[in-house]
Amino acid sequence: MADAAATQAVRVAHHFDDAEQQREASTLGMWAFLVQEVMFFGGLFTCYVVYRTLHPDGFAHASHHLDVVLGTINTAALITSSLTMALAVWASQMGRRRMLLLCIFVTAVLGALFLGIKSYEYWHKFEEHLVPGPYFVWEGAEAPTAEMFFSLYFALTGLHALHMVVGLGIMAWIFWMAWSGRVGPAYHAPVELSGLYWHFVDIVWIFLFPLLYLIGRH
Amino acid sequence: MSAEHIVPVRVYLIIFVTLLVLTGVTTAVAYVNLGPLNVVVMLLIAFFKASLVILYFMHVRFTSRLTQVAAVSGFAWLALLIGLTLSDVLTRSIVP
Repeated sequence: MADAAATQAVRVAHHFDDAEQQREASTLGMWAFLVQEVMFFGGLFTCYVVYRTLHPDGFAHASHHLDVVLGTINTAALITSSLTMALAVWASQMGRRRMLLLCIFVTAVLGALFLGIKSYEYWHKFEEHLVPGPYFVWEGAEAPTAEMFFSLYFALTGLHALHMVVGLGIMAWIFWMAWSGRVGPAYHAPVELSGLYWHFVDIVWIFLFPLLYLIGRH
Repeated sequence: MSAEHIVPVRVYLIIFVTLLVLTGVTTAVAYVNLGPLNVVVMLLIAFFKASLVILYFMHVRFTSRLTQVAAVSGFAWLALLIGLTLSDVLTRSIVP
């Protein structure tokens, strides 16, 4: 489907020499943002590392209350969404509008699936009184440690889920950009940079899954 | 500054399958008792998966050197943050 998007000319802002420099600058700028995001999540990860180092057994016991099957399904969903996001970038580079729209749509659907499963898990935690606070109930030993584990669980997965919600908004935006034919081989920075964001959120989950769900399972 | 590198779809699919297989391996390894090695293996797999995503899905392997330095710097600072924090936590029982 060769369309207008495939033949469009790119508009270069006056402070750039050419389209190539403009593209490189946008990628670097996005990475500057992502580096900030690494440190944003990094504080929570560091907190996790410290408490797990101090209370390894308590963390292992608390982790057993998370559902490994749902966690694995969610990991697979996010990895697949990263593939469709990468294919969306490819489609925009090649000027394949219909494939681009489909890939963005599937990425968003998989992201929504992830959030749906996550919501179900959260609801389950509320039912089991595993949400830190006055209604937290813990039968086993090391109740304060278990509460700390679930505080970190909700903070880390909550911050991650918030990024997923933002990601869905970004998907809607680039879907609209693609729909109205404003991205194509010459100019696809919105798709490329949204992809960087989406993959970053995927990477965070790649670490969260083993660190939260898979402690001391043997 | 070079022209934009377009990664072939075949590469994306290979990375995707590798990531899925490694997810399965991570989950499987969790149920095998390796003692303290469990967390090491899981983290190594996670780092490897993250590297594949960064290098290929995020095109860092094909991007400019400046962007590569920026990408690495984020994780270097995170390593500093966790490393220096642990240097305190882990030595508290040794150094009064």
